[in-house]
Amino acid sequence: MTIRFLTTDGLAQWLAKVSETRRVLAPRKEGKSVVFRQWKAGDPEPVLAKATIAPKAAVFPPCETLVQYKSVKDAEDLSKTNLTLEAPTQAEPTLLFACRPCDARGILALDTPYLNGRFKDPYYAARRAATVVVSHTCDTPSPTCFCTWVGAGPANPEGSDVLMTSVDGGFVLEAVSENGEALLAESGLPDGADKMDQARATRTNAAKRITARKDLSKAPERLKARFTDMAFWIEQTAKCLSCGACTFMCPTCQCFTITDEGEAASEKGGQRLRSWDYCMSPMFTREASGHNPRMAKAERMRNRVSHKYWYATEYTKDHHFSCTGCGRCIVQCPVSLDIREIVLKAIEE
Amino acid sequence: MNEHNPLLPEVATVIETIQETHNIKTFRVRLDDEERMAAFHFEPGQVGQLSLFGVGESTFVINSSPTRMDYLQFSVMKAGEVTTALHKLNAGDKVGVRAPLGNWFPYNDWKGKNVFFIGGGIGMAPIRTIMLYLMDNKKNYGKISLLYGARSPADLSFKEDIKGWLTDKKLDCTLTIDNPAEGWEIDAKHRVGLIPNVLKELAPKPDNCVAVLCGPPIMIKFTLMALKELKFPDENIFTTLEKRMKCGIGICGRCNIGGKLVCVDGPVFSYAQLAQLPPEL
Repeated sequence: MTIRFLTTDGLAQWLAKVSETRRVLAPRKEGKSVVFRQWKAGDPEPVLAKATIAPKAAVFPPCETLVQYKSVKDAEDLSKTNLTLEAPTQAEPTLLFACRPCDARGILALDTPYLNGRFKDPYYAARRAATVVVSHTCDTPSPTCFCTWVGAGPANPEGSDVLMTSVDGGFVLEAVSENGEALLAESGLPDGADKMDQARATRTNAAKRITARKDLSKAPERLKARFTDMAFWIEQTAKCLSCGACTFMCPTCQCFTITDEGEAASEKGGQRLRSWDYCMSPMFTREASGHNPRMAKAERMRNRVSHKYWYATEYTKDHHFSCTGCGRCIVQCPVSLDIREIVLKAIEE
Repeated sequence: MNEHNPLLPEVATVIETIQETHNIKTFRVRLDDEERMAAFHFEPGQVGQLSLFGVGESTFVINSSPTRMDYLQFSVMKAGEVTTALHKLNAGDKVGVRAPLGNWFPYNDWKGKNVFFIGGGIGMAPIRTIMLYLMDNKKNYGKISLLYGARSPADLSFKEDIKGWLTDKKLDCTLTIDNPAEGWEIDAKHRVGLIPNVLKELAPKPDNCVAVLCGPPIMIKFTLMALKELKFPDENIFTTLEKRMKCGIGICGRCNIGGKLVCVDGPVFSYAQLAQLPPEL
């Protein structure tokens, strides 16, 4: 696989070159947060820190139009109107630059429902095909990182096209997919194979600094056994506010709602929108009759944890947990709920 | 179904509406694209998402039989925003259709067997499609029976159909209402009593028989108990489930029971299948 070397000084120049043919999304500091925004030539250099919110918006935006509807007068019979529908499924070629391996693995997790299910989502598929992912492997994991517990790691290549690792004077760029090969081939950057040893050392050290790995292999069967243990779930969920921060920050959370705006009967028309939704909401499963299978927050927490650590292992091809161990849910939760604690307690006999 | 974009509805026109009860209305629609309508195929039990653009979308079983393709029929109970808006539709109005979605009744497995249908209220809608389909293929099946119950005579849907069902030789049809009502002459086919109790009176034999049961949760709970008393095994009892749905194509994460999604792994389930899932109905 192709390995190139990018100097620290050469970073902006390379990104500027890529930005001629692709939208570049890169991390930037905004107040106390680090978020992914479009980077243009001349902008300050990207901040190479783990973003506050996973960059899943690159392939799964918080809000997008699924269908535009309007009614136009029939050219031949002006007393009639014709309802027209349009579905905007085009995507802009994009470079997702300097996300983390846990973010990239999250995008891979989104592929399961959106690309590999009974039906393919053309909106997601277009953006996914148009996006090249360059992940910055971690130097210094946080105490809340637990990627190694779920089969991932600070230099895990799953979901990435290029792995970028900090070394003296710059970065080693290692292609880990065909799209990565193509990106590096057109970069004009010099070969970096001689720096690969340094890169490997950085990656190994990072893995050692992740909180000691706990064995979660029994999670699916133990969560199954715990399903009717409501006392357990009530205790674990006692502090939860159902705010949904965990789901919005999460790289693998996929849930959305569909709402209509405007009116179909006019020339101005309206749109059917898809927006992020959260399973921790009391209204998430409420039916029109008023029946709600998950009225209690303990039931919703049970569903969330079980989905990530049990159900996902059944229906995904790779049997991965639907969790990349990024720890954002732990960092962002206003009441400091920790999904690691919940899963470990569930596993305890 | 728009195979390339399963989230984009096809435009259809309402050709007829029928007020079934005070809160249930039936809609017969045809896809505007004549070629697509002619080529439309669905299996009994599959559902469609009906859209009113500007309002929203909801899931309904296609309750016409695949053997009768003049139109697609949906019966809608008025319950929330979308259904209230749907009830205002008249012939000539446009709707969006995303269909067919979901799985279907495994009628091939039922060949040579007796089939006993039990419908409560709007639960008669999914029963209608599979029952008509079997009746149109009667030679492949044994005895076909229907027990259809509602609160009162006015609450029975498909009143025109019922007239034919009561006399059709291919069907053994029994109706029941909760309480005696004026004009309801009690006889073998017109009973008074809750569905589970009338079922026990009829006492269908479980041997070589499949039971299909649809209706409100409380009716399902007690009718299931009655079927178990009559010794029907779980793998021979079928039902259809409902959940709040949005995408209908297995991606929005809302309608799951355990690792199964009601919109793609259902809505048809056998009780044996449900017993494998976490108890989260």
